[in-house]
Amino acid sequence: MSQTTTVVAEGPSRAPWYLRLPVIADLRRSVGLQRGMLIVGLVLTALLVLTAIFAPLIAPYGFAASAADGVGFGTQQAPNPTNHWGTTVAGYDVLSRVVWGARTAVLTIITSVTMSFVIGVLLGLVSGYVGGWFDRICTMITDAVYAFPSLLLAIVLSIVISGGQSSAAGGIMSAAISITVVYVPQYFRVIRAETVRLKAEPFVEAARVTGVPVRRTLFGHILRNATRTLPLIFTLNASESILTLAGLGFIGFGIEPSSAAEWGYDLNRSMTDVTSGMWWTAIFPGLAIVLSVLGITLMGESMNDLNDPRLRRRRAPKKTRAAAPAARAAEPGAPARAEAPTGSASSGPAGDGPEGPARAADDTDDTKEA
Amino acid sequence: MTGEPGTDLTSHRFGTGEPLLQIKDLSISFATDRGDVPAARGVNLVLDEGEILAIVGESGSGKTVTARSVLGLLPETATTTGAILLRGQDVVTMSRAQLRRARGADVSMVFQEPSSALNPVYPIWWQLGEGLRAHDPKLTRAQLKERAVEALRIVGIPDPENRINRYPHEFSGGQKQRIMIAMALALGTKVIIADEPTTALDVTVQAEILQLLRDVRDNYGASIILITHNMGVVADLADTVAVMHDGVIVERNTAQELFDNPQDPYTRTLLAAVPRIGAASASGRMSETDRAELAGHEVIVEARGLEVTYPGRLGTKPFRAVRGIDFTIRAGEVFGLVGESGSGKTTTGRAIVGLEETTGGSLTVFGYEMRRFRERTFKPLRKDIGFVFQDPATSFDPQLTIGACIAEPLQVHARDLPSAERRRRVHDLLEAVQLPAAYADRYPHELSGGQRQRVSLARALVLRPRLLIADEPTSALDVSVQATVLELFQQLQAEFGFACLFISHDLAVVDMLAHRIGVLYHGRLVEEGIGRDVLQNPQHPYTKRLVASLPVPDPAEQARRREEFRILDAQLPAADEMG
Repeated sequence: MSQTTTVVAEGPSRAPWYLRLPVIADLRRSVGLQRGMLIVGLVLTALLVLTAIFAPLIAPYGFAASAADGVGFGTQQAPNPTNHWGTTVAGYDVLSRVVWGARTAVLTIITSVTMSFVIGVLLGLVSGYVGGWFDRICTMITDAVYAFPSLLLAIVLSIVISGGQSSAAGGIMSAAISITVVYVPQYFRVIRAETVRLKAEPFVEAARVTGVPVRRTLFGHILRNATRTLPLIFTLNASESILTLAGLGFIGFGIEPSSAAEWGYDLNRSMTDVTSGMWWTAIFPGLAIVLSVLGITLMGESMNDLNDPRLRRRRAPKKTRAAAPAARAAEPGAPARAEAPTGSASSGPAGDGPEGPARAADDTDDTKEA
Repeated sequence: MTGEPGTDLTSHRFGTGEPLLQIKDLSISFATDRGDVPAARGVNLVLDEGEILAIVGESGSGKTVTARSVLGLLPETATTTGAILLRGQDVVTMSRAQLRRARGADVSMVFQEPSSALNPVYPIWWQLGEGLRAHDPKLTRAQLKERAVEALRIVGIPDPENRINRYPHEFSGGQKQRIMIAMALALGTKVIIADEPTTALDVTVQAEILQLLRDVRDNYGASIILITHNMGVVADLADTVAVMHDGVIVERNTAQELFDNPQDPYTRTLLAAVPRIGAASASGRMSETDRAELAGHEVIVEARGLEVTYPGRLGTKPFRAVRGIDFTIRAGEVFGLVGESGSGKTTTGRAIVGLEETTGGSLTVFGYEMRRFRERTFKPLRKDIGFVFQDPATSFDPQLTIGACIAEPLQVHARDLPSAERRRRVHDLLEAVQLPAAYADRYPHELSGGQRQRVSLARALVLRPRLLIADEPTSALDVSVQATVLELFQQLQAEFGFACLFISHDLAVVDMLAHRIGVLYHGRLVEEGIGRDVLQNPQHPYTKRLVASLPVPDPAEQARRREEFRILDAQLPAADEMG
């Protein structure tokens, strides 16, 4: 009955699992500028992670070393063969500090993202599913948290945790916890909204009618379908945690230079150098912060675009009708679905607006019986 | 190519003069992740002044895309070739500004879902005025309102002077569709493209909207392109019909000719698949002894004065969805529950499985009282109840394979079943619903709507339940697919012998399956009895109206029924306002 539509109706043979992993699948179907953005993001992020892992191998000296083989580096030395990126006002090697700093940054990211992810997702799931007064209280608290400036929170926490000047673990934890507190509401909101939506979906009701236990419904059915927008929050969260850590260090609530290398602290110490023409102490840690944040954000942004079929570029059709966007905005039939998380990677060719191309494409997907 | 139906421009013309709209060799394809998908191929159509042309076809046939291309309303991913001549001007090559001028003034669109086609935050006059002002910016507010009142009066909205200040949510679905038509009229549109204009509406409202569209053509000379999958609607309204299949027009003829003497095999299958009341009535086939035997069976579900009330929010009255209904379903019996949207039929079905709370009266399922039920005590009974949902697209977890979906009830209720045995049961059921066993490893989105609904049946039946609740199981399917699913349903019912509550708004479908039928209207059971009697000899005025409003796929017969409906309609006070 369907000669032409078989291409679509048959469905693709599923790619092996490693090609369906989030980042790899995104990379495979990206084109043009989006692909460029994604690749730049991936490379920068990979660089950050690799530097963090192999810091002891890459860095010429320890992060708190001010001398090698019994010979002191000297303070505020310009780049030279011993210290390729020069030395700081305290006599540390800038290159080593920057390399070791990656480790601190990555640790902060991992701790903060893990904590806010677990707490936010759990709370969101339960709150959305249970509803009632529990849901109301959770929503109220998370709304209140939105009013907190994250840096202020971080300062307070770092004082509470370690009395201001602190150890490596204390500094990382205070940055991580403050980020957690700020980001839990975002995970919570997203997951809660998805849960509330999914709770009314027939497949969840089908599970209820079958008598599936609540826990299985929550984690087996709802959570697996609610995670689509998480990568974006994930990356925003990660870059924000680097910035908070750096901010804490910069205003002097960070980690002592003898317990770990930290870019924000180094920047703070280099302020006076800049005015006297010593560029190397500020440029390198500054660049490290900028590139890390840029890399992670680019990755998140492009993944977000790729996951939205309306934003995803496809390999160019020969001739396009350009009138569409204006038309769809003008005609009353196209409901605005601004930020809706749409279509997964695998859900067929469909998934533009509910009225427009989706009908055409969706329909082809739903062709008659084989 | 000449001689093939649809390519000959001159055959079956409605008028004789210069055509209003001419589509020549139109091809549209969409760029998707999996390459180009053709949506329309070599479409040729002619629309004359005052003509109502129906484009019929199932989902995916390209009918909507073809019609939308006339307005230039295709997404960026679409590639169009060919020509669409609107009064001699080619839409395909028009600039954006030209297109904007043509939209509304020359061609307007009426959408399927009237509630999402109107902007909820603006009053009606503003929305009507928006279009008017776009074509004539100098109009004043007073003039706009005046024109809006006029347009609403034409489409039969009562008290238009006051109601133009109301917001969309204050109108019923049928009235919103009237407003959409009023918008097109206010702009003096020559061509109205109505994309499934009545699909989201109840049959009685559908009959009124079809009448309005007919009046619009008769009184204002507008041409209408009607896109629909409903053959009854076509028979009711269309002058000429084009049947689309897989992006190609397979047959084009006048409506009467097409229904009397379909040429293309596809048209014939399409027409044959349309269910008709009395054609294959399940209750009609039963003898008196069959009935007596069934009446002696064990009672599975019993409702006595069943009430379901949704608590109102602060300051609003609680909504009584079901207002004291009595019915009994016995073992092996199919009880059809019909009614329009908001009649409480779905709520009743959901109350039986505890998805809605029974707030009054009594509802017993297998002798278990559902009023104030506890999940813990009710859970053992769940394995005896299956549920089939309306929308096959959303009733499966997209992350699970078909096999896992079907096996889930087994995992919950038969935990100690070895996994090999579980797999075997899944395969058996796939076979029972006539799907290849290999489908167990597929994902829901890889299946078509009809296939998914079969899987839905398989999942509901995997525990061999004694009761099945089917909530509009075929209303989201194409007619030909619906026919096969219904046939399968009948077979399975005969084989497994389960009792069934079959909920549907489609009288003909219920007639095919149900032994007894109950008619719900505003939460009350207005009529109940043997299927054949209820549908062929209705007693309650509402049932009469419901039966009469159902369009049949035969233009001549439909014209007669239309008259009947008009008489009934005049006798009954406007049903919208009742209750």
